Amino acid sequence: MGTAPRDQVTPEGVYLHRRELLKNGLYAAGTALAVGSGMTWLVGKAPPPDAPELPALAGYQAAAAPYTVAEALTSYHDVTTYNNFYEFGVDKEDPARNAHTLRTKPWPIQIDGEVAKPQAVDAETLAGWFTVEERIYRMRCVEAWSMVIPWLGFPLRDLIARVEPTAKAKYVEFTSLADPEQMPGVRHRVLPWPYVEGLRMDEAQHPLSLIAVGLYGKVLPNQSGAPLRLVVPWKYGFKGAKSIVRIRFTEAQPKTTWAVVAPSEYGFYANVNPAVSHPRWSQATERRIGELGRRPTLPFNGYGEVADLYKGIDPRTLY
Amino acid sequence: MEGTAEPASTRRPLGRPPLPWLKPGVVAGAAFPAASLALRAASGTLGANPIAETLNQLGLAALVLLVASLACTPARLLFGWTWPLRIRRELGLLAVAYASIHVLVYVVLDQAANLAAIAEDVAERPFITAGAAAFVLLLPLAYTSTNASVRRLGFARWQRLHRLAYAAAALAALHFLWRVKVDVTQPLLYAAILAALLAVRIIVRRSRRQGNTRAGEG
Repeated sequence: MGTAPRDQVTPEGVYLHRRELLKNGLYAAGTALAVGSGMTWLVGKAPPPDAPELPALAGYQAAAAPYTVAEALTSYHDVTTYNNFYEFGVDKEDPARNAHTLRTKPWPIQIDGEVAKPQAVDAETLAGWFTVEERIYRMRCVEAWSMVIPWLGFPLRDLIARVEPTAKAKYVEFTSLADPEQMPGVRHRVLPWPYVEGLRMDEAQHPLSLIAVGLYGKVLPNQSGAPLRLVVPWKYGFKGAKSIVRIRFTEAQPKTTWAVVAPSEYGFYANVNPAVSHPRWSQATERRIGELGRRPTLPFNGYGEVADLYKGIDPRTLY
Repeated sequence: MEGTAEPASTRRPLGRPPLPWLKPGVVAGAAFPAASLALRAASGTLGANPIAETLNQLGLAALVLLVASLACTPARLLFGWTWPLRIRRELGLLAVAYASIHVLVYVVLDQAANLAAIAEDVAERPFITAGAAAFVLLLPLAYTSTNASVRRLGFARWQRLHRLAYAAAALAALHFLWRVKVDVTQPLLYAAILAALLAVRIIVRRSRRQGNTRAGEG
């Protein structure tokens, strides 16, 4: 056994100090880890979900004027992972995370109310009645963000013509599925389920009003409202009822969900209107998803051709 | 390396462990959300609306730290713990740091420093008014967070000033509550914790005062 040279022996004080330092370092690291994990749990969020992989829809007409916009499309990933669909949770990534539990086949849709041909029809059969076309629309959320989405669908007016509403029909009401088994968000009463939206008859018959069955050349993702949803591009996004199970023609104005829950914040018309601020944020500008800056919001979301529908109505009530 | 070989007893005159690892540990841990945001911003994995996500996380981190700083005194009153008091100042300053970055991101990235739009927001949107008021209240507290300030103001006055932290936290919770659309569970939870912390202080102080009075009578 050799003996270490005198100058290589650590003095006792330094040795104790090093041990103390090491101990304190470990304690500090442990504290940092505990506090950091706690903070991350309270504040952080999982990485964004992946975009869904879905089959292509064959044989649709490509987008053509006037049903297209010369603006960059929002990425497929962003369109399919960031939206509101409270039936699957209130976070904007919840639909993409949770909508896989939705079963879209079979999907009976009830068509009733003031209509000559009330019927129950499966979504696939219904979609088969019409020629599917591509429409590139701006989508402006009431929360002041926006997208440009290449939808696939057919004009709502074609469906209305086919089922023949009676003379009494003044409105069309759309009801979304509210099944707590398939939709975890419906287990919480954040909204009075089911979600109901509606349009005035002339709005529904405007050529821009679309029933979408797909986007980006593919089948509509569950999180976007499969198998069948409404798209009304001059109105705030919440007007676009998703996963529709009932289309009812009515004489009275439908009691639409957000207008019932918060009438001071959301009107029945919900036309995109930069002049009328939401009580909690300005509607004058919007953030286009994928862009950093804000761009001005256009009246009727840039679809000025619908202005004729609202002649004689106080524009301040058009929110 | 002065004093490194001192016996423990001279470095701990009160016989209480100084917990030298506590402050650096807490500060480093509290920086996790900021570090994670920076990494995810750099790698483009903050989701479709990175500015909104950043604002939400920074704001919530500020509220969490503010509530934690206000829990230090109740923790001593309830459990007799003194270690939280050693990190109270750091928790408060970290809250102000997160709130400052939150405000900076809102002003510079969200509103592109459009002062007219920001003024309109503060004046007309109640949730932004509450948030702005909370932030403004925090600034004098951060400025007077030093020992020198306590001496300069005198402890009683300093303490009275720093009770504003409760008002700031309440306004921050209100800012959160008015911001969410329908699911108010989280903001109400923070508001409830704040109310409970304040209640502990009031109840303990009142019962002590009564105890003192009774002792005086006896």
